[in-house]
Amino acid sequence: MIRLALFTLLALAACISRAAARDPDFSLTIHYVSRSYEAPLPLSLLEDPVEDDGLMGARLANEENQLTGRLMNQAFALEEHVVDLDAAFPDSALDAIVGGPRFVVANLEAEDLLALADHPDAADDVILNTRAQDMQLRLSECRANVWHIAPSWQMKADGLAQYLIWKRWESWFVIHGTSADDIAYAEAFARAAEKFGGTIVETREYGFEAGSRRIESGHQQVQTQMPLASREAPEHDVLIVVDTTEAFGDYMIYRNADPRPVVGTHGLSSAAWAKAYEQFGSMSLHSAFEKLAGRRITSADYLNWLAVKTVAEPAIRQKTADVPTIAGLFLAQDFKTPGFKGIGLNFRPWNQQMRQPMLIAWERALVSMSPQEGFLHQRHTLDSLGFDQPESACQLNGDRP
Amino acid sequence: MKRLLLTTALALAAMPALAERIFVSNERDNTVTVLDGTSMEVLKTIETSARPRGIITSHDGKLIYVCAGDDNRLDVIDVETLEIVQQLDSGPDPELLDVDHAGNRIYIANEDDAMVTVMERDGTIITEIGVGIEPEGMAVSPDDSIVVTTSESTGMAHFIDTEKLELVANTVVDTRPRHAEYQLDGSKVWVTSEIGGIVSVLDAKGFGVDKVISFEIAGVKPELIQPVGLRFSGDGTLAFTALGPANHVAVIDVATQEVLDYILVGQRPWHIERSLDDKYIYVANGLSNDMTIIEIESREALRSVPVGRLPWGIAVAHAPEG
Repeated sequence: MIRLALFTLLALAACISRAAARDPDFSLTIHYVSRSYEAPLPLSLLEDPVEDDGLMGARLANEENQLTGRLMNQAFALEEHVVDLDAAFPDSALDAIVGGPRFVVANLEAEDLLALADHPDAADDVILNTRAQDMQLRLSECRANVWHIAPSWQMKADGLAQYLIWKRWESWFVIHGTSADDIAYAEAFARAAEKFGGTIVETREYGFEAGSRRIESGHQQVQTQMPLASREAPEHDVLIVVDTTEAFGDYMIYRNADPRPVVGTHGLSSAAWAKAYEQFGSMSLHSAFEKLAGRRITSADYLNWLAVKTVAEPAIRQKTADVPTIAGLFLAQDFKTPGFKGIGLNFRPWNQQMRQPMLIAWERALVSMSPQEGFLHQRHTLDSLGFDQPESACQLNGDRP
Repeated sequence: MKRLLLTTALALAAMPALAERIFVSNERDNTVTVLDGTSMEVLKTIETSARPRGIITSHDGKLIYVCAGDDNRLDVIDVETLEIVQQLDSGPDPELLDVDHAGNRIYIANEDDAMVTVMERDGTIITEIGVGIEPEGMAVSPDDSIVVTTSESTGMAHFIDTEKLELVANTVVDTRPRHAEYQLDGSKVWVTSEIGGIVSVLDAKGFGVDKVISFEIAGVKPELIQPVGLRFSGDGTLAFTALGPANHVAVIDVATQEVLDYILVGQRPWHIERSLDDKYIYVANGLSNDMTIIEIESREALRSVPVGRLPWGIAVAHAPEG
């Protein structure tokens, strides 16, 4: 192994020295902007909270870009700006990255994302949203300078809903938490039920106090609370748990009142990435990431990796670092970013949302990938997930297909 | 259907005096299925190292090399005894390989490590050459002077000078290039791009892209057309490429580079191989766990035979005499 590592180093060193002999044809810098948000603690004491969630994905993509760049005589860089929560935003970030237009990978919550997008200095930037799943960002609050790499709540809900319908598990009992994201995701399930023919038998809000993580022997209390919270619901096939803040979702599995599977944010889930996803060559992404970060790759890592790759792919191919040119290429008919999903990923022109299959998975296995057969769309296979053009209040980019 | 069965019967009756054995690597089963080329019966299912994918026949037809990605080695199968007779340390995660025409050197794509391993026939490693990320396709030129590898993630074809053992050119091709194949006359290299959905024809001397071939099948969504395996007919006039989830094999006229036909096969065909008598194309269907036999002359799928789970690649060799 040491011998191998040495060879690799020598090989890389040789590449570098060759490339250093002449100036790169272009240099492209991607700015990673995030804030020190507090991530919800996992309910289990054994699960370590991830500090650099998302950022490591961007770093991996940057390393890959640099390797390709050496072969192509192109230079790539990633500049990281993680802004404190008490600092002025977006000014503090923008002050650090003067000049433009720029590529900004925005691992930001919706409010911060809009503040950045609406700042006059960022008007010509290409901002790639890797975090905010809010539906309004794809509808009335869409912006011409924002491209959504993260799937919306609706895409995720539609992906899971299609699988449930395919399974003929058609009646759903929804329990959601109290945060704005919980309510938004629960609403997305309601729309998905209408769209695909599911029935929501009851929607219940549940305000479980987070923090049981730190209580020893908390299970005794939880064991009585979860059945209480989920009892006396009308007959249903599945319990959809919507708990985006990690308050009670894990506790509901095997504890809900009726013997019904738990799906939603916990149990069987719908996401851009899953821990157990091994299809379409993705094992190589898992292993490259683990080598770099020393931990498993998360959805956030994947989406930030994908954002950085989405910028670099057309840059490498078309040999340009020009921001408007690359943004134009995002809308080209044949634009495709590879994302280990077995299908090239591109953007919906009307709201600049990246089309992508949703992984339907639980902790240890991929169960399915949506869209399901039978929910195919007349325009694009992936457009049965999320808001379709006719129902979208956002109509960017005119009549582009 | 009747006609098809009849053709099959005729075809089988007329099957070659040159008996051959067909070796199919089954990625999920960790096995290689060996079929008798005449009866299409399973002769043996050979247990291999973990995750067998790339599979080729040695220059003299006596051995089969199998890349076992998860065990970081090559299994070498004896065509006659159908036993694994040797295991070679291939470097990490070997995916595909090729050998030069004298059978002296083996070139291996190390998927996880962005390297090509160059090995002597006996397993001695000569060197490793850094290439793009996720190298997969691997092809030695007919005159042995160049070896081409494709890097799936970087999206390039890398040309390596086999004498100096260094990169001479890196050509950007469409997204996720899976396979490289030299035209029989050595003038061009054909590279399939799985996610790009196209085949690029590269000039073997200038290394640039000469032509891009795209595909269109009535009733199949364009994004499902994902070319992977590619082989030429024995006379070099036709190219066959398996289109993955489109469940078809495309037939391309090499001279005009026009697509002539699409042949329906099993589910998600990946790699393909030509029979030794040049009459048939064998297709590994990853999702239906079978292998389709296409007759080159009629361009028809004659039948499919079951193999292991997740069949990936195919190699053929002459059956031992007697």
